[in-house]
Amino acid sequence: MENPQSEHIVRSYEEQLKRLRELVARMGGLAERQVADAVTALIRRDVELASEVIGRDGEIDALESEIENFCVRLLALRQPMAADLRLIVAAMKISTDIERIGDYARNAAKRAIVIAQQPQLGSLNGFQWMAKLVQENLKDAMDALVKEDPAVAERVWGADAPVDDIYNGIFREMLTHMMEDPRNITAATHLLFIAKNLERIGDHATNIAETVHYALLGRNLPEDRPKSDSSAYTVVRPPV
Amino acid sequence: MGDSVTQTTPADAAGLGGLRARSGAALNEARLSVRELDFYYGAHKALKNISLDLPDRQVTGMIGPSGCGKSTLLRVLNRMYSLYPGQRATGQVLLDGKNILDADVDMNALRSRIGMVFQKPTPFPMTIYENIAFGIRLHERLSRAQMDERVEWALTRAAIWGEVKDRLNTNAMGLSGGQQQRLCIARTIAVRPEVILLDEPTSALDPLSTLKIEELIDELKRDFTIAIVTHNMQQAARCADQVAFFYLGELIEIAPAEQMFTAPKRKQTQEYITGRFG
Repeated sequence: MENPQSEHIVRSYEEQLKRLRELVARMGGLAERQVADAVTALIRRDVELASEVIGRDGEIDALESEIENFCVRLLALRQPMAADLRLIVAAMKISTDIERIGDYARNAAKRAIVIAQQPQLGSLNGFQWMAKLVQENLKDAMDALVKEDPAVAERVWGADAPVDDIYNGIFREMLTHMMEDPRNITAATHLLFIAKNLERIGDHATNIAETVHYALLGRNLPEDRPKSDSSAYTVVRPPV
Repeated sequence: MGDSVTQTTPADAAGLGGLRARSGAALNEARLSVRELDFYYGAHKALKNISLDLPDRQVTGMIGPSGCGKSTLLRVLNRMYSLYPGQRATGQVLLDGKNILDADVDMNALRSRIGMVFQKPTPFPMTIYENIAFGIRLHERLSRAQMDERVEWALTRAAIWGEVKDRLNTNAMGLSGGQQQRLCIARTIAVRPEVILLDEPTSALDPLSTLKIEELIDELKRDFTIAIVTHNMQQAARCADQVAFFYLGELIEIAPAEQMFTAPKRKQTQEYITGRFG
């Protein structure tokens, strides 16, 4: 924010709010790593790394319930107002988004294990690129919260279209592989789901950006976010 | 409005995506309008260029740290200050287009139109019935039956009738603090005012009595325009449709309650209501 807030008169309250910010930032950092590792495991066919991702998801879930309990306690005991109230409500919403991001990363890791046993399909460049974009968006959305910068939040909110474009490309590519050779269907289907997972992670990152924007300024971004996922309308003609 | 005041109109607030206001953030037409009001205790200027409206049949909460002028403003609104030499107000307080600060205003008539309830319950040392009837007799001549009816009406509207109807002729000093305060509210509304001013009406009461008074305020605003000064932010959030924040004699910000408590515009307001005022 342009004018950072002064310290609260009750110091323990100030410390609790600081701790809440730290918990959310930690949870976001964990999720970023999960997304990165899940995609690395996919590309390197690294079953061990994929298993680590699956094993670590519990940490994100535990943080989510810790944040939720902490927020309920703050609401009950401090009766927060204005920016404090918005921060606490935002922390609850953001932790739900991050928890879903963690679930998508874990699911991608599970599929990466199956794909590692299947023949290689194409270069997977699109996956690397998509993962990079959604990680950046997630990181920037979290940074916007930590650095109290609504402009960054707004930028992330509007930056999801390239993710959708890559997803559309992967969608078509996978359909082509499946039509070429039915033996590709297993891997291609799993890859499609992974691409969808990454696309959903991107959407949650924009949700987080929206929430951060509200927490910082007290007003919402417009209803309509720029989107370009068109795969929902795609029709395939089977080879005759 | 003075340049330094941040005023949020209901139209602005309607664009808020946050929590819905208790009243849908719509404010009614003004019943009482304050314009460019200055107030002096001797040489000390306690209110500086205040302009605000009390919307008809809605609750305006006034908040701010001690000495910010909020109670002083209430005292101006029903000319309470005129009792004290050396205190004077300039500017306008318009009730039905008439400036009540004018010298020709009949104080008794004014105070029957703008009633006031104080921080500490102030029952008269007389029976419960007489506490109510006393004020009515100053303004109206009623038959015994009409008076009985009016007393019952006032006590009912103040949500205390059920508790006192069997002991109307006992001394009011025997009531509990919360009951005494509701009796004082009954006494105020008995003369059927248009505006009720409440100066920290629950600060001397326990939490349950406080909730009863708040419930009563919610009920009374169907018929009366209400201004309440409170130190309790949650109380303002619970009761008020519109909230005004004062600091050092100035009106800093005025906005629908929803806006005020979720996203105030001024930094000073933000710091005060979140407990950071230094």
